[in-house]
Amino acid sequence: MSDSREQILSRVRAALAPLPRRAPLPDWEPALVALRGQRADADPWALFAERLKAVNGTPLTSVAELAALLEAEGWRHGYCDPQLWPSLREAFPASFIVETEFDRTRIDDYQFGITAATGAIAETGTLILSDRDTSRRLGALAPWVHIATLRREQIFADLSAAVAALPADPNVIWVTGPSKTADVEGILIEGVHGPGLQIALLVDR
Amino acid sequence: MAGQPIDQFAARLPADKRAAVYLGTKTTHEKRTQLLFDQFADPDRLRRLAGEIKQHVLENLDTYLTQAEAQLKAHGAQVHWAATAEEACGAVLRIMQARGATKMVKAKTMVSEEIGLAPFLERHGIEALETDLGEFIVQIDRDHPSHLVRPIIHKNRREIAQSFEREGLGAYNDDPETITRRARQYLRHKYMAANVGLTGANFVSAESGRIVVVTNEGNSRFSLAATKCHIVLVGIEKLVPRDRDLGLFLNLLARSATAQALTVYTEFISGPKLPSQPDGPEEMHVIFVDNNRTGVLASDCREILRCIRCGACLNVCPVYRQVSGHAYRSVYPGPLGAVLSPLLAGGHFAEKADLPKASSLCGACNEVCPVDIPLPDLLLRLRDKGKRAHASLAAAGTPPMGAWAILASTPGAWKLALAAGRILNVLPLGLIPIPALRAWVGKRAVPAWRGGEFRKWMRDRRKP
Repeated sequence: MSDSREQILSRVRAALAPLPRRAPLPDWEPALVALRGQRADADPWALFAERLKAVNGTPLTSVAELAALLEAEGWRHGYCDPQLWPSLREAFPASFIVETEFDRTRIDDYQFGITAATGAIAETGTLILSDRDTSRRLGALAPWVHIATLRREQIFADLSAAVAALPADPNVIWVTGPSKTADVEGILIEGVHGPGLQIALLVDR
Repeated sequence: MAGQPIDQFAARLPADKRAAVYLGTKTTHEKRTQLLFDQFADPDRLRRLAGEIKQHVLENLDTYLTQAEAQLKAHGAQVHWAATAEEACGAVLRIMQARGATKMVKAKTMVSEEIGLAPFLERHGIEALETDLGEFIVQIDRDHPSHLVRPIIHKNRREIAQSFEREGLGAYNDDPETITRRARQYLRHKYMAANVGLTGANFVSAESGRIVVVTNEGNSRFSLAATKCHIVLVGIEKLVPRDRDLGLFLNLLARSATAQALTVYTEFISGPKLPSQPDGPEEMHVIFVDNNRTGVLASDCREILRCIRCGACLNVCPVYRQVSGHAYRSVYPGPLGAVLSPLLAGGHFAEKADLPKASSLCGACNEVCPVDIPLPDLLLRLRDKGKRAHASLAAAGTPPMGAWAILASTPGAWKLALAAGRILNVLPLGLIPIPALRAWVGKRAVPAWRGGEFRKWMRDRRKP
């Protein structure tokens, strides 16, 4: 394989050798990709919530509201990050079965999963998850409903700010609304492999 | 005159497929344009900037490749190099065999199509399952994708329902939601049982080694949550210099490809999972694939390697809209494919020499390209290359020009023809017995034939 490495690199060098000069690396300012008419909301959550709704996501501001939504749909069996559960449990009726260990042999048992977000992007309604803060990748993906808890100060204004602050984590994922496809005749269907319902829960005190 | 192969294909394409491809591409193109121009003050400036950044990467590719390699290794990933398709397939197989792995879940990657990975692995007793819904349907049908972003743009729901029924995925039901739910239920257990997850890469940041993979369905994420080994198959041209450049490219990619501000799942991967994370790959391999990209880099068409595979040039192309993707007889269809496929073919260039002719040179592909590839120029360069190589396909569908060549290079015959042309001034053109020609001249004023006037002027001018 190291032969192939040398072979490829030497072919690249040979291909570029005849060029009289190399194209320079242009510099650019993040302002260039700022969205038109972007508001600087005093409350970043307000803009984030609006954009999350625009991509068919669901912003919620209270645990009671979350429990009521799940109850109304009959989704009473779920997974919750063990660190988050103590602060959330009192809002959930006793009829709920919430596991703080995710059993990968029973992925279909979990109707919802609650994990912590690392951040969010207001202009796109995007939730940011990383290995550091996500207790289980599967818990945030396999259930029909994913709830990411988020604090106001974690919200970035725009995509460039989020890129600039990419954490030193081997895995960071931006989630912009529920999983979707338009493969069959261009018709939008949500909940393909990931959640069909993507919730952001504000947990400010 | 048999016409170009692409014309022959188009003539056989059923009308409903043509209509589906036309509608699908037109809708996406219109939404893309609206989104870009609504949301950015100067989207053309973004395209040009992205093109300049990619051109810079290509012209310094050796530096960026070694930088990315060092970063990936520093983060615990293993880096492999494959000069050919065979080497790339072999590298994947060796990684699988070293782990005793027999089951792979695959995300959508065009380079895996290019090297024929899934059929290769199947021949070696490995299940390599496509997980993108469209690619999964392509796979069970033993078909080929016909669009970079929407692989089954050429299939309707009835055909898909029949395929699902045949594969034992439930009784016939052509409701798109039911089709999607059945695939969800079937595939999620496949992820859990698989040993290895394979993805492509939309971008690789040389600065940090971050691999960026985007999907709307979440299939790539599922394989990176369920399996313990991640293989990334990536063409050597997929690099960007810095993390912050990703801010520009991600803004352009989703809008150009699917008219979204961002693809639903945008994943940044720089190595195996954190030790504290229970799910995900403990082992990560990155395979840099050449497969004659270095040949393209050495050609006068190297700009094509800027391509980020968004499909915008397919969606806007009047030829693609009429013929669909399979007409290009290549993994890469559309204007991009008409340039890239003959070039990647290397020594087999002549077999694809007709593809650069499958264009009206209207220039729409260049106007929508998020990395500003001068596609019409490249198509012309390849037409020229085909002619110079005397590739017979490069002349397919071209009217014979032999008589014209004799006329234009024999002064006596030329003068005679110019004089004879005056007959057009007295013929009643409205009565031409060929209906198409009659309709054409009926809508236009044919200027009076003045053949020979220029020669006369030149002759008179020389006189003192």
